[in-house]
Amino acid sequence: MSAHTDISTGPLEYRTQEGRMNILGFWIFLGAEVVLFSTLFATYAVLFGRTADAPVPADLFEMPMVLIMTFLLLTSSFTCGIAIHHMRRGSLKGLFVWLGITLALGLGFLGFEIYEFVHYAHEGASLPSSAFWSAFFVLTGTHGLHVLLGISWAVLILIQLRQRGLTPVTSRKVFIVGLYWHFLDVIWIFIFTSVYLIGMVV
Amino acid sequence: MEFIDFLLEDFFVTGQPLIYGAMVSIVLVSIAIVFVLSYFKKWGWLWREWLTTVDHKKIGIMYIIAALAMLFRGGVDALLMRTQLTLPGMEFLDSQHYNEIFTTHGTIMIIFMAMPFLIGLMNYIVPLQIGARDVAFPFLNALSFWSFAFGAMIFNLSFVIGGSPDAGWTSYTPMAGATLNPGPAQNYYLIGLQVSGIGTLATGINFIVTILKMRAPGMKMMRLPIFTWSTFITSIIIVFAFPILTVALALMTIDRIFGSHFFTLTGEGMPMMWANLFWLWGHPEVYIVILPAFGIFSEIISTFARKQLFGYKAMVYSMVVIAGLSFVVWVHHFFTMGAGGAVNSFFSITTMLIAVPTGVKIFNWLGTMYKGRIRFDTPMLWSLAFIPCFVIGGVTGVMLAMAAADYQYHNTYFLVAHFHYVLIAGTVFGCFAGLTYWYPKMFGHKMNEKLGKISFWFFVIGFNVCFFPMYFLGFAGMPRRTYTIEPEWMALNVTASIGAILMAIGFAVFVYNIYYSFRYSQRETHGDTWDGRALEWATTTPVPFYNFATVPKIEGPEAYWRMKENGRTTYEKEKVEPIHMPSDSGVPFVMMAFMFIASFGLIWEWIGIAIAGLIGVLACMVIRSFDYDDGFYVSVEEIKQTEKKAREGEQ
Repeated sequence: MSAHTDISTGPLEYRTQEGRMNILGFWIFLGAEVVLFSTLFATYAVLFGRTADAPVPADLFEMPMVLIMTFLLLTSSFTCGIAIHHMRRGSLKGLFVWLGITLALGLGFLGFEIYEFVHYAHEGASLPSSAFWSAFFVLTGTHGLHVLLGISWAVLILIQLRQRGLTPVTSRKVFIVGLYWHFLDVIWIFIFTSVYLIGMVV
Repeated sequence: MEFIDFLLEDFFVTGQPLIYGAMVSIVLVSIAIVFVLSYFKKWGWLWREWLTTVDHKKIGIMYIIAALAMLFRGGVDALLMRTQLTLPGMEFLDSQHYNEIFTTHGTIMIIFMAMPFLIGLMNYIVPLQIGARDVAFPFLNALSFWSFAFGAMIFNLSFVIGGSPDAGWTSYTPMAGATLNPGPAQNYYLIGLQVSGIGTLATGINFIVTILKMRAPGMKMMRLPIFTWSTFITSIIIVFAFPILTVALALMTIDRIFGSHFFTLTGEGMPMMWANLFWLWGHPEVYIVILPAFGIFSEIISTFARKQLFGYKAMVYSMVVIAGLSFVVWVHHFFTMGAGGAVNSFFSITTMLIAVPTGVKIFNWLGTMYKGRIRFDTPMLWSLAFIPCFVIGGVTGVMLAMAAADYQYHNTYFLVAHFHYVLIAGTVFGCFAGLTYWYPKMFGHKMNEKLGKISFWFFVIGFNVCFFPMYFLGFAGMPRRTYTIEPEWMALNVTASIGAILMAIGFAVFVYNIYYSFRYSQRETHGDTWDGRALEWATTTPVPFYNFATVPKIEGPEAYWRMKENGRTTYEKEKVEPIHMPSDSGVPFVMMAFMFIASFGLIWEWIGIAIAGLIGVLACMVIRSFDYDDGFYVSVEEIKQTEKKAREGEQ
C-alpha cells in the first residue's frame, strides 16, 4: 500500500505496489481456477461413456462447428494480445479497437455455444439425460459462463477507460482481464482436445 | 390458508420442544440486541466501526467472536448427543433428530468454528508479525469475513426453518441425494458451505500475497515468525483444496435442484465419486485447521521456554512436506470402498508417511523446551497439554492408516476418538492457547490467570475422560453415528458423558473469564506482555489502526528480540511519514446480504428469489468496479499524537 515502493519506469500496471500485488493475486486466483477446471475435467473423465439411454457423443459432435468455435476463441486471444500491446504503446484508440474485436469474437463463440447446446437438447441430450451429459454440460457450461463473465467485465473496464484514460489503475485492470481471457483460451484447448476430439472418435 | 399450512408444515420446524425453545430464545436474543443497540444509540457505531470496517484487526476479532458463538452451538449439539448416548434405550432424541445433530455438530465445528477461529487469529496477528499495515487486499478481506458470516447464518437457520441436514458432515451420496433426502435441509448444507467457501478461498489468496509482498524491509522468508509460515502454507493448501469443494458442492446442488446425474444411482451416476471429491478437499482441510495451530504452539513454546525455536528450518520444511502429503492420502477415508489392494497400499503408506514430519515437529517442541526456563502461564499450559494428547491422536491415526486393520476400526468409535484427539487437542487447544496468548494485544488486558487455569484443567481433564473411553468403545464394536447404545457399552459411555460435562464447564469458565477480565483485569501499560520475540509485540497496546508508525528494518530472525537488544522501537520520531490507509466500505456487507437472499431462494428452490439476489450481488460487483476511492493519508501530526498517547505507560 505504501507509496515509497512506486516506480516510474516499466509498464504502467506494474508501477505501483498495489498494481503488482493485484496482478500477483490474480495469478494465484488463476491457480485456483486451474484446480477448479481440473476437478471438472476429472469428473468428466470418470463419467465418460456413462450415457445411459441418451445419445452417445460421437453421434452429436460436429467437427465444423467446433472448429469455428475454436478458431473464434483462439483468434480472440491473439487480438487480446494486440490490445495489450497497444496499451503498452499508450494508444487508447488501438486498445479500444482491438479489445472491441476481442469481445466481438468472444460473443461469436458464445453464440455458437448456445446454438450447440440447444441443438443437443433437441437431439435428446441435455443436463438430466445421463451422467455423461451432466458432466459435459457442466464442464463446457462453466467455461461458457466464464467467457460471458469475462465479456461483461471487459465492457465495464472499457467504460472506465473512456472515463479516465490510461492510468496505472485502468491499465492494471485491462492487463488482468487480459490474463483471464488467455486463461479461458487455454481451458478451451483442453476442452477441444479431451472432450470433442476424443468424444468424436470413441 | 395454503400459505399458512406451508408455513406450519414445511417452512418452520415444528413438533420438537427443544426446537421451540430454540426459536423462542432466538427471538428473545434478537429483540434484546435490537433493544440494546437502539437504547444506547449504537446503530451508527455498529455500522461505522464494525460492519463496514476493512481493518484486519477488527475483522480478526469479528471472526473470533463468531467462532466462539459457533463453538457454543456445536458444543450444545455435542452435549445433546452425549445425553442421548449415556444410557441404553434413552428416549431423549429420536433417530432423525440425532442424525441432524451429529451432522450440524461436525459441519459447524470444522467449517464455522475451527477455520474462522484460526483465520481470525491469522487476520489479527500475521500483518503485525511481518510489519505490514494491513493485508494485501483489505476490501477482499472484509468480503471474506461477510461471506463466512452469512454462510454460517444460512447454515444455522436450517434448524428452525426447513429442517437441519441429516446426512453427516461428509454428506455421502446417494443418501444426501434428492431421491433419498428431498426438501431444503440438505440444500442448506450445500449452499451454506459454498458461500463461506468463497470467503475462505479469498482469504487464502489474500494471505499468500500479503506474506510474499508486504514484509518489512529485511524480513526474508526464512526470518518469518513460524506462525506466519504456518499461515502461508495453510493459505497455499486453501487455494489448491477449496476449488475442489466448490465443484463438489456445485455438482451435488445441480444434481438436487436441476436433476443432473453426477452422484445419483440412476442415469449411470457414480455415488462414490462424491466421497472422492469430498475427501480430496477434506483431507487437506484437516491440515488447514491443524497447521496454524502448530504455528501457534511453536510461538508460545518458544516465548514461554524463553528460547529461540529449536529447529526452525526443520519446522518449516516439515510443514511443507505435510502440505504436499495432505493431497495424496484422501482414499484412507474409505479403504472399505473396495479400490483394491494396490490402491489401498499406496494410500496406506502415504498416510503413515505424514507421521514423519509431524514427529519432527514434536521433537522440535521438546527440543525448544529442553534447558529452557519455562513459565507456566495459561497459554503455555494449553501448549504443554497439546503434546501428549496430540501424540495419542497421531499414533491411533497411524493404526487407522493400516488398510487391513482399518476394516476393523472403520465406522466405529475408535475413529471418533482418533479425530477428536487430533482436532480438539490440536485445533481447539491451539485456538484457546492462541487467544489467551494474543488476548492482551487485542484487548489491552490479559485474561485472568486463575480462571484461565481452572478452565484449562476442567477442559483438558474432561477432554481425556470424554474421548479416551471411546477408543475402547470402538474396540467393543460400538458403531459411529448410532443413536442408541447396547447395555454392555454403558459404563464407558457414562464416563464419556461425565467428561463432556467437565469440558462444558471448562468452556463456560473460559467465556466467563472474558467478561471477568474485561471488568477486573489490570490494563496493559505497554505492548510486550509476555517478553515476546516476534514483531507483533513491538507494537503498542492497543495497536493503533495503522499498526506501525515507522516500519523497522529487520536484521535477523526473532525480529523483536533483536530490536529489544538494540533498543529500537516501531516509532522513530524523525522518520515518521504520512501513512496511506484504505477506506472503509459497506459494499462487502451489502453484497453478501444479497448473496444470503440468493442462497435462501436456491435452498427453497424459489428460482425467482435466487435470481433477484444474484442480480444484487452482481450490482455490488459493478459498484465496486467503478469505485476509484484510493484511501486516505494519516498525517504525521496525528501519528505523533497517537504514539505519544499510546507510549505514555512505557518507561
